[in-house]
Amino acid sequence: MALYPLPIARWTVAAIAILMFVVLPLSVHEYYLSVVNLASIAIVGALGLNILVGYTGQISLGHGAFMSVGAYTAANFAVRLGFPFWLSLPLGGLMAALIGVIVGIPSLRIKGLYLAIATLAGQLIIEWTINHVTWISGGMQASIEVPRPELFGFVIDTQREMYFFVLIFVVLAIVAAMNLVRSRIGRAFIAVRDHDIAAEIIGINIFRYKLLAFAISSFYAGVTGVLYTYYLGVATYEQFQITTSIDYLAMIIIGGLGSVLGSIFGAIFVTLLPILIRYAMEAFGGLLFSSAAVLNIIPNLRLILFGALIIFFLVVEPEGLSRLWRNIRNYFRVWPFAY
Amino acid sequence: MLEFDWQFFGLLISNGALIGLMYSLIALGFVLVYKATDAINFAQGEFVFIAGLVIAAMVVLYGAPLWLAIVVGLVAMIAFGFGLERVMLRPLIGRPIVAVIMATIGLAAVLRGVGPLAWGAETKALRLPISDDPLVLGPLFIPPIQLLGASVSLLFLASFGLFFFKSRKGIAMRAVADSQQVAMAMGINVERYFALAWAMTGVVSALGGIIWGSMLGVDIQLSVVGLKVFPVVILGGLDSILGAIVGGLVIGLAENIAAGYIDPLVGGGTKDFVPYLLMILALMVRPYGIFGRETIERI
Repeated sequence: MALYPLPIARWTVAAIAILMFVVLPLSVHEYYLSVVNLASIAIVGALGLNILVGYTGQISLGHGAFMSVGAYTAANFAVRLGFPFWLSLPLGGLMAALIGVIVGIPSLRIKGLYLAIATLAGQLIIEWTINHVTWISGGMQASIEVPRPELFGFVIDTQREMYFFVLIFVVLAIVAAMNLVRSRIGRAFIAVRDHDIAAEIIGINIFRYKLLAFAISSFYAGVTGVLYTYYLGVATYEQFQITTSIDYLAMIIIGGLGSVLGSIFGAIFVTLLPILIRYAMEAFGGLLFSSAAVLNIIPNLRLILFGALIIFFLVVEPEGLSRLWRNIRNYFRVWPFAY
Repeated sequence: MLEFDWQFFGLLISNGALIGLMYSLIALGFVLVYKATDAINFAQGEFVFIAGLVIAAMVVLYGAPLWLAIVVGLVAMIAFGFGLERVMLRPLIGRPIVAVIMATIGLAAVLRGVGPLAWGAETKALRLPISDDPLVLGPLFIPPIQLLGASVSLLFLASFGLFFFKSRKGIAMRAVADSQQVAMAMGINVERYFALAWAMTGVVSALGGIIWGSMLGVDIQLSVVGLKVFPVVILGGLDSILGAIVGGLVIGLAENIAAGYIDPLVGGGTKDFVPYLLMILALMVRPYGIFGRETIERI
């Protein structure tokens, strides 16, 4: 399968690259750029989770914890040994991959519900460990401050510089994921998802590929955690609790399971949702409710919309936003003719 | 050598056993749904939370008498169970198990948002007409609420056990769980039994909400109790009512004893940790649980 099915795809990718690398950073206000940064980091994590859930058909409720593993590993290397980011970032990813494989080992014996619960246990145990082992988490607050990333003496400090820093990793992550899923490994993942016994019979080593999926997926998660850490300037477990795991599951369900584009859509959508709700409530909420009530409404409304969207997409459109996008595109491709 | 403190140990045991039986009650809601519909309810804790919140809100915000609030809570949860099956679960029949898991996770988020939005996020006290003074049995102190919770829980576990093995509806439900197609061929209305199972879970959750709510107070923390359900049901076996009792007892005892002896060494939090460790061990050694039906699937 070619990366570019049509010539126009090449031009679209070039146009998006120019938009992302030149137009957006030069034209957009710092605050909006920070939103873009958060969405970009989320894209990396969503891609990783989609490789595991969407492509390989395993489930993980522990991706928040894998991110925290990456975050604390990188923070420890950066602070104690003074490693630069280009060393601590892959190390964080590798450590997360290792832990991910350990948590994924039960997937060799169990699947579906049992795996969901086993990874949930992984999430809670990792969270507890990081919280209680001060050697990892550095003191009572369980948070470590990290220095700003630095390259050849150039310190990446402002939102705009951070934007390019993050964008490079996002592009790497997207390209790697697109190539992975059309390679032998990606096809093996899909075969395991579609029918594990049939996959075994045609010569795919299920155990190896399941663990590989966990490793790759957790590597992505670990890198996401490191990026968050460098972005915020502090590694804190509060960023990576069970709700984070569920946020990322929501991203890939809303965006579309088993789709790289879907992961991107989903990550953007879920990052923007609370911001849009806040704007909407600040603009119109005051007309209906008191200001104290509005403060109560915003987080709850976010949870409700979140859950409702997950259920809606699962029931009505299991292939998510990416399917909707494909429908729209196919409609216009032949427009104004029906077929 | 430190003298072994028998009284302390006895307290841990009695307390653990009672709490464990109260876990069993919530686990029962989970088992009922799994037994009949093969669906996994990740929102069990939120069911308990929302039921407790409805009842507490009736009493605290609208000044209803307790019995009326409990009746309203039960009716609301039954209606909720029926509605949920119709709107969310039925379209998911035949879809991968992961879809049902994620849908109930979404449901959990909705319930966590709806409750505080409708009735406020502050902790509400739900007071049952029983005294707070602990009963003194020799060296043991037993809070009456725990005793009540454990007895209600045993009562319900026993009656659901009878229901499943003696009544016509219960046998039909087991048939549905065994094979939906065969059950349909025998003239059993499968969808109706699915709805019944969810309504029964609603009832059990309402009771759990009353008991846990009056012990802990009703706020979002109540739904965290739901996280303890998984170790209980995995240990006992997902489709076994007896398993829910035994699993609840084991988890209750283990977490209490561990918290009693290990907490002082590591500074707290053992209670949230030990049940999951036990569960991981159970998953490795005996994934179908102590009393669960063993389905052999080799890959």
